[in-house]
Amino acid sequence: MFNDQNFSQLVFGRLGPDAIPYDPIVLATLAMMVLGGIALTSAMTYFRAWGPLWRNWITSIDHKKIGIMYIILGIVMLLRGFADALLMRAHQATAFAENPGFLPPHHYDQIFTAHGVLMIFFVAMPMVTGFMNFVVPLQIGARDVSFPFLNNLSFWMTASGAILMMVSLFVGEFATTGWLAYPPLSGILQSPGVGVDYYIWALQIAGVGTSLSGINLIATIIKMRAPGMTMMKMPIFTWTALCTNVLIVAAFPVLTAVLGLLTLDRTVGTNFFTNDLGGNAMMYVNLIWIWGHPEVYILILPAFGIFSEIVSTFSHKRLFGYASMVYATVVITILSYVVWLHHFFTMGSGASVNAFFGITTMIISIPTGAKIFNWLFTMYRGRIVFDVPMLWTVGFMVTFVIGGMTGVLLAIPAADFVLHNSLFLIAHFHNVIIGGVLFGMFAGINYWYPKAFGYKLDEFWGKCSFWLWLVGFYLAFMPLYVLGLMGVTRRMSHFDDMSLQFWFQLSAFGAALIALGIAAFLIQLGVSYRNRVQLRDVTGDPWNGRTLEWSTASPPPDYNFAFTPVVHELDAWHDMKQRGHQRPVQGFKPIHMPKNTPAGFIVSMLSAAVGFAVIWHMWLIASLAFIATLAFVILHTFNYKRDFYIAASQVEHTEDKRTALLLHAAANPVGQIEGKPTALVVA
Amino acid sequence: MQISPTLAADGPVRFYDDGDHHPQQGTLLGFWIYLMSDCLIFAVLFAVYAVLGRSYAAGPSGADLFNLPLVAANTALLLFSSVTYGLAMIGMQHGHKKAVLGWLAATGVLGAAFLGLEVFEFYHLIAEGAGPQRSAFLSSFFTLVGTHGLHVTFGMIWLVTLMVQVNKLGLTTENRRRLMCLSMFWHFLDVIWIGVFTFVYLMGVLP
Repeated sequence: MFNDQNFSQLVFGRLGPDAIPYDPIVLATLAMMVLGGIALTSAMTYFRAWGPLWRNWITSIDHKKIGIMYIILGIVMLLRGFADALLMRAHQATAFAENPGFLPPHHYDQIFTAHGVLMIFFVAMPMVTGFMNFVVPLQIGARDVSFPFLNNLSFWMTASGAILMMVSLFVGEFATTGWLAYPPLSGILQSPGVGVDYYIWALQIAGVGTSLSGINLIATIIKMRAPGMTMMKMPIFTWTALCTNVLIVAAFPVLTAVLGLLTLDRTVGTNFFTNDLGGNAMMYVNLIWIWGHPEVYILILPAFGIFSEIVSTFSHKRLFGYASMVYATVVITILSYVVWLHHFFTMGSGASVNAFFGITTMIISIPTGAKIFNWLFTMYRGRIVFDVPMLWTVGFMVTFVIGGMTGVLLAIPAADFVLHNSLFLIAHFHNVIIGGVLFGMFAGINYWYPKAFGYKLDEFWGKCSFWLWLVGFYLAFMPLYVLGLMGVTRRMSHFDDMSLQFWFQLSAFGAALIALGIAAFLIQLGVSYRNRVQLRDVTGDPWNGRTLEWSTASPPPDYNFAFTPVVHELDAWHDMKQRGHQRPVQGFKPIHMPKNTPAGFIVSMLSAAVGFAVIWHMWLIASLAFIATLAFVILHTFNYKRDFYIAASQVEHTEDKRTALLLHAAANPVGQIEGKPTALVVA
Repeated sequence: MQISPTLAADGPVRFYDDGDHHPQQGTLLGFWIYLMSDCLIFAVLFAVYAVLGRSYAAGPSGADLFNLPLVAANTALLLFSSVTYGLAMIGMQHGHKKAVLGWLAATGVLGAAFLGLEVFEFYHLIAEGAGPQRSAFLSSFFTLVGTHGLHVTFGMIWLVTLMVQVNKLGLTTENRRRLMCLSMFWHFLDVIWIGVFTFVYLMGVLP
């Protein structure tokens, strides 16, 4: 029935030997990754780490482990996304006049696209989701999220998207369209290759994970709060997490739908966004920004929450204006849906439409400004301790205000007609995303690391990392503001005007400083692990914290809380310490917990296989993998034994060990870390 | 939850629950939120149809193509399937496993008939040269109606799976919860279809 040609096309689709890009940079990266992969694999085999990795992490439905895995994924992807950034900075600093630069234009286009996609979807999103996963159940006094299995599935779906991103580097190519893949450029006529398909399927698969995790966390926050924790007694980070997840659930379906339509245009030949037969490309731009603008608040709101927790903890005061902070968060959540058009004022919607969206955009700066003042007033007359998390917070406040103000400037439609798609815009959004989201993530890592692993992070390297990042950021992006005002547009791979080169070189130098900042962060992780005995915190409350996550051990036991805390006040743990609560040491009861399962991992890997097969038009394999996915999901629903009880004796054993540790620490107040006494407030 | 979390006038303040506190079941809420997110996917498809629904590109229009008696029959099938699902839920409330299975089977038959008619309609349109590639109007028509149809298909797979599970394990707590979720899903698809029927078919045949 089939001749050979047809059969091989059915199996391999468009995948052939020419799919491997013979580019020295890519090949060198591939070689490094293969060598690194072999080294890692053999090391893991040598240390017999595969079994524990599978049992304790990959199949884990523990929200703490899933949160940590999300953050590790974010850090790993940060390294790749930042490598792309360095390539771009180095290329733009050299590609002047006769020098074409070291990146061919086609490769350069893939790099700036991949950089944007990686940084938003596979760095910022996993990190934010990771923090919400790890922290929210602990802050609300819960033992896990509402749907623990779904949580594991969400993580692995996100990871599958990241895997497709990595595969695109070595097999085929990535999109050359810019991070939002506007048609008609991303249509089949202008982008016939697999690049846009990689883009679509990486985002679709990761997007499923994000949506499910959003649903999960909303249900968790609404249904699983400790007794007594009313909405207005929720920690502020939990509030921002709630708003973020509402945004996720209300925004990601739009992305799913619009990418689905683009897929249909590319594979079925429909005419949604085409130039002929009635298609409307600007509809894509509208739809994707209806997702895209809420997305930036999905990223920044949790960062705001992290900063709020840190400011209050390190100023040793309750957060100033808790209620106004909550309302500001909610207002930002709502307003984030009525500003999307400011991303394309130049589309030509007319003066009235542009004015409406310009004004709504400016209005968003009011609740954001209220937050800044709340943080400042929290610090006012506080006993501020400038530990590393607080340094990131102060760095954020200064940097974010600058970025916010250039944002208000861009919100003026008339100014935007000049600055649209210029490097001024690039400088603006890096100013708020690095200065806001990324600083928030580093602040959060330094703040909650002792909770996750039981020892603090090294302060010296933490400070190195902070200062290198801060100075590097300003050196890298302030020149871009200047260039943008001079009219330089984004995504250029070559320049003729030599007078611009100085600014690009300055920017490249800043990027190099940021590279050192990332290196310092990695060194910080290594040094802290080596010194983990000296940095150990047995109290579970190294910063004299205020919210419930600090009331349990570090790292917390599987069940988080032996007894569910009862909440009376905002800042419940601070209230408990003030009123001299006694930690219960007996009368433990069995605890009902969900069981680990490999189902999430298997479904996600099958989905990645479906995605890969569809990208390469391997229809036979795609159908088989899809049927396998469906069959496995159905099979999984026949598993009704999904939970178990941790015996009371085991809880008692775990808690007794902690009691002994606490007594030992109280009797030997050595808790001196670098000359500073740690708080030993637990009874 | 019996604990009063307020500061009791008598007795010391309690900071820990004595083990009676059990978080509420979140499945129905979670599933409802999922449905609302799915609703947004349909919202996008409806919006796209609103933008492109009259972009015929010199091709056929809704008035030329739609066979309203067929669509009316289809609508009736889906609405009746919601009724039979409702009867299955009443059976579940009364604990009658056989009634549940019977009404679920009836729902499945009606759903299959709905899908059959839809496939027939699509086949007919494509055979006439009015496939999804013909114009932006037809692209958005096929995508909106087809996405609904895909949902019904998955609902059918779920329905059959659940029938096997109810048959095997009876009306256990888990199975009741699953029946509730599928019930919400099925009625949700009905509501979406009413939107499709009104905005796509009825308004589509207007000049």
